[in-house]
Amino acid sequence: AAAAMMNADLRRERGAASFQPELLTHILDGGAERTRRRKEIEALVLNDPDFQHEDLNFLSRSQRYEQAIRKSALMVMKLREYGIADPEEIYWFKSFVHRGRPEPLDLHLGMFLPTLLTQATPEQQDRFFMPAWNLEIIGTYAQTEMGHGTHLRGLETTATYDPATQEFILNSPTVTSIKWWPGGLGKTSNHAIVLAQLYTQGQCKGLHAFIVPIRQLGTHEPLPGITVGDIGPKFGYDEMDNGYLKMDNFRIPRENMLMKYAQVEPDGTYVKPLSDKLTYGTMVFIRSLIVGDSARSLSRACTIAIRYSAVRHQSELKPGEPEPQILDYQTQQYKLFPLLATAYAFHFVGAYIKDTYRRISGDINEGDLSELPELHALTAGLKAFTSWTANAGIEECRMACGGHGYSRCSGIPDIYVTFTPSCTYEGENTVMMLQTARFLVKSYTQVSSGQQVTGMVSYLNDLPRQRIQAQHVAARSVTVRINDPLSLVEAYKARAARLVEAAAKNLQAELNHRKSKEDAWNRTSVDLVRASEAHCHYVIVKLFAAKLSEISNAAVHAVLTELCLLYALYGISKNTGDFLQAGILTDAQITQVNQRVKELLAVIRPNAVALVDSFDFHDVHLGSVLGRYDGNVYENMFEWAKKSPLNKKEVHESFHKHLKPMQAKL
Amino acid sequence: SVNPDLASERQTASFNVEELTAWLDGGAEHTRIRRAVVEAIQSDPVFSRENQYFQSQNERYEAAVRKAVHLQKKMREMGWTENGPEFKYIYRALSGDVAFLLQRVFMRSILVLGSDKQIARWIPLASQYRVIGSYAQTELGHGTYLQGLETTAVFDTTTQEFILNTPTVSAMKWWPGDMGRSATHTVVFAQLFIHGKCYGVHPFIVQIRSLQDHSLCPGITAGDIGPKMNFEHSDNGYLMLQKVHVPRENMLSKFCEVQPDGTYVRWGSQKINYFPMTTVRISIISDEVIMPLMKACTIAIRYSAVRRQSKLKPGEQEAKILDYQTQQEKLLPQLAAAYAFHFINNYLQELLDRGYGEIERKNFDTLPELHAFSSGFKAMVSQYCTSAVEICLRACGGHGYSLLSGLPSLYTRILASCIYEGENTILLLQTARFLIKCFMAASAGQPVPPSVTYLAAVKPGKCPAKNKLDFLSPAIYTEAYQHTAVRLISSTAAKLQDLIQSGVKKYDAWNQCTVQLVQAAKAHCHYIAVKNFAETVEKLEATAGIQKIMKHLCDLFALHGIFSNAGVFLHDGYISGTQMDMATGSYLDLLAVIRPDAVPLVDAFDFTDKSLNSALGSYDGQVYQRLYEWAQKSPTNKQISPAYEKYLKPLLHNTLSKL
Repeated sequence: AAAAMMNADLRRERGAASFQPELLTHILDGGAERTRRRKEIEALVLNDPDFQHEDLNFLSRSQRYEQAIRKSALMVMKLREYGIADPEEIYWFKSFVHRGRPEPLDLHLGMFLPTLLTQATPEQQDRFFMPAWNLEIIGTYAQTEMGHGTHLRGLETTATYDPATQEFILNSPTVTSIKWWPGGLGKTSNHAIVLAQLYTQGQCKGLHAFIVPIRQLGTHEPLPGITVGDIGPKFGYDEMDNGYLKMDNFRIPRENMLMKYAQVEPDGTYVKPLSDKLTYGTMVFIRSLIVGDSARSLSRACTIAIRYSAVRHQSELKPGEPEPQILDYQTQQYKLFPLLATAYAFHFVGAYIKDTYRRISGDINEGDLSELPELHALTAGLKAFTSWTANAGIEECRMACGGHGYSRCSGIPDIYVTFTPSCTYEGENTVMMLQTARFLVKSYTQVSSGQQVTGMVSYLNDLPRQRIQAQHVAARSVTVRINDPLSLVEAYKARAARLVEAAAKNLQAELNHRKSKEDAWNRTSVDLVRASEAHCHYVIVKLFAAKLSEISNAAVHAVLTELCLLYALYGISKNTGDFLQAGILTDAQITQVNQRVKELLAVIRPNAVALVDSFDFHDVHLGSVLGRYDGNVYENMFEWAKKSPLNKKEVHESFHKHLKPMQAKL
Repeated sequence: SVNPDLASERQTASFNVEELTAWLDGGAEHTRIRRAVVEAIQSDPVFSRENQYFQSQNERYEAAVRKAVHLQKKMREMGWTENGPEFKYIYRALSGDVAFLLQRVFMRSILVLGSDKQIARWIPLASQYRVIGSYAQTELGHGTYLQGLETTAVFDTTTQEFILNTPTVSAMKWWPGDMGRSATHTVVFAQLFIHGKCYGVHPFIVQIRSLQDHSLCPGITAGDIGPKMNFEHSDNGYLMLQKVHVPRENMLSKFCEVQPDGTYVRWGSQKINYFPMTTVRISIISDEVIMPLMKACTIAIRYSAVRRQSKLKPGEQEAKILDYQTQQEKLLPQLAAAYAFHFINNYLQELLDRGYGEIERKNFDTLPELHAFSSGFKAMVSQYCTSAVEICLRACGGHGYSLLSGLPSLYTRILASCIYEGENTILLLQTARFLIKCFMAASAGQPVPPSVTYLAAVKPGKCPAKNKLDFLSPAIYTEAYQHTAVRLISSTAAKLQDLIQSGVKKYDAWNQCTVQLVQAAKAHCHYIAVKNFAETVEKLEATAGIQKIMKHLCDLFALHGIFSNAGVFLHDGYISGTQMDMATGSYLDLLAVIRPDAVPLVDAFDFTDKSLNSALGSYDGQVYQRLYEWAQKSPTNKQISPAYEKYLKPLLHNTLSKL
């Protein structure tokens, strides 16, 4: 019966697929068993009447916040009831409850509790952890200030130790020092971990973390000396009460400084922490989550746009024939299929970083930090690369849905506004690219001075040898085979090497002209960002190509190979300048690449719907009328629109208030 | 007081800001009138946008209706008329947040498509707002492809009426502005049937709401289509017609008529139907596309001069983010584009005025060219400016994400312009069709319109630049753009012919080349934009200071395009690898050259703080203070949320620890 209700176009598309989507779903989930478990958790949430509510598009911000906090409270209870404790399973549960949106307890669960675990002393854990676990204490993590984001050393909030009372006095000395943006701070939390410049015995000891009570237990009113509130409406994140916090001579006991590492003794003596490299680990972890999130958000947008393009008919391709599906237009395929390939590429990259992190986090616990700098540099760049690409890609998908994409019912506006801040948070993307560039330049300098480098940058080792044969560089181009993923990896490698070298040389030239290292760096930063991008692009193509060898099913292998080729060739066609200028490819080859891209669009076309079905998003999670699995788009748009707040009454009150008096007067 | 970081930026301007403003306005007198209109509107509390970011869809709609009604009164008071010099500044002053914008489209369609009798009957009613009009063309299932519309109008000779019907869900009218709640009438586009024969799409005036109590007329189902990314103030609507009878006289009949016995008569040229679309496309470029980009640049550049982050040199104060090369490379090319497109808009207006003159003399020869140019530039400029506004938004980091920055609203508004009045990809393909046709004609030695004669002069050659400075020569870069445009158009034409000669059907060959055709059309528009900017600078009669900074912006606009599309310039070796390094070098050097004038260049756009409605972009640069004050006005801080009593309190009070 369900099949009979399915839109005929989508049914035909699904019937024509050359592979079984379930098999690809298993690969994306990391095994059939993981898929089964994910769906089990999904069913727990989606069949639970407690988690149902009106379409969020029709609610005000306050109502959305209210729904979110209601569901969050239930979620915490139910997670414990069901005994779900594995981090990935908690993540699934949460993302089904909140349908991929942020929620007011995110910072409590994701930052406050973990920070207590890693930075609090055993005594502090006794005092705070269980109450926080039981949600008597709800905390947030207040780092960013109005005037300072990425540059942490510039934070202005102060915590001055007073040995007479054994207290810290917290102050927000300027407007710019007001804490701004922390999630859950505006309305929800009664505690915050506050990052502030520590002053003791007249000296500044840098940034430290303090547990600060901000609201009265019982009444939830702000405490004297605390000014706290919501920062107002944003592009998205409607259900999140991002907040501000201003402190005026607010006193907390000495024991509220998180003292597992650094300490202030009762007399004010400061005891230094041992090492600060450990914080790298957390950053790598969070940035790796963003890479995965880039993949998922882009996959959702692709699912909506591709299904809708299979349902929507418009204009004519052949005179006299019925209007074709818009997915049959080459321009539409050219918009969407490279993004589909990108979504797959990013899934594999996200999985790779997660696995690598898991592998080396054992070493980290044992004090072996040798692999961390490279992974840190790589994840910074990949975080920026994937979030930029996904951000633009989501918009491209929305645009490909024409006017209806602009309606909130398409779901893509929500995906976009929820995703786009990831270009800024956890490290602004340009700053991230420059961190990666610093590592690349350092590696290049090592190679130039005769040392070998390892890992993903090892291609730099080949540079000195190539320079000896500079005249033959162009001759290498004939060796690129455009239907061989591994050969394309080599082409990307050559491009990265060339751009890293060019940036490093330009930097050196600037250094020769100028006294200041920083000035030279700044004047080369556009080149440096390009070098980082080329490096990240190479890593992604390499990981995608490597993934192919792990696929045993022939049909799935074939379709993923097509996507991998499309990803790599499309990237070349969008950056032909780099490949031409470096002599990696000739004019004629570029023409071939462009032609091959278009051929691949036609090859992928019959599998397009099956490829997005494989992402396996439930309709409730997708939240899109255009992207519904059954494809019954138009009927449901009408049903959806009828619920709009403007339609509550047949004659809107504006008629009586404004229109009628005007018509009477004229 | 002005933030010292912003004040210092204004002291180093290399040109006179007031003079540039006057030039952009087309003369000091225009500046004076514009400022008077802006002042009259913005000092009136009814037009205030102060709480806009906190309002719900319902409140936004009501405010828009209130403003539209009040505007009629204001215009009478001020003595402004639709034909007066003030009129074009009203919309700018209101920043577009006003209802009944479709009234003008409703009236224009009657004026262009209606008979004299119809004009005499409807125009007075509409201009006095006795009827409120809308324009119902787009359907749920059909947008750009008009022939595919499904709504039907069947002529009934016995009653002398048309019977209008919505036969399927996908035939429902969907999106028309002002139709969800406000409109009493609308122009419905429907397939005309007489005695069972279809005569294609025709326009009909249909009453949808009672003029007494505003209730829906019999057979009409209408309402709001629900929340969108923006345009919350506008009641975009749906409309379903079930056996709705309209009199024979309600079919707009300047060019064709159904006579009482059902005879269908057509007269006049069909081509003129293009003309209204052409004028609308050109008119949105200025108000809906270039203006938002100018605002976004103003906000982002002022904020970047106030925001300090990290240190450029150890021991010094934290640097303004505008001093980072990466930030300059994000923002300054967008600023240059805003100027480039302002000049392209002037160019298109001239083209339109000339074309209109020809049409008055019943000469329709310029229509294809006008149509191709308006389509191509609407698409190219809206796409370019949409990405540019998004770059400005993201360049403001976290604070850009706050609605209070003003940037999210600018972005969600401008991006709709990529879709309405013709979806961009389709428009570019129409331009491409024109270009291919002209190219073939030119190759065969036939005459082509003056704007595309360059297609005939194909010179193989190489770029003659010998050093970095050569790339600051308009002759050099304009030539490079021209070469690229010709190459892309001619190679696509050749490909098309090859395919057709090899036996591929014409429509299939076209579809197989569409990706290239789109690229070719964009290259053509980009070339014209660069050429027009260079010519504008050359002809500029202004003080040396303005001439010089405009020349820098023109160079930047051109070199940014080469830098970002290096491949198409390198392909076929017109520009060599070494030359590309020179062009890149010149491009990056220009950023530092323009940097000191960045703030004066946005000041010259002359937006008031109320127009910008941005906590980040105000003239005085008191960013943080304003952000803090505005946030406190948020309803989430003023109203007591039931969430605490209902959910948080039980949560905090330990109901969980029992688990």
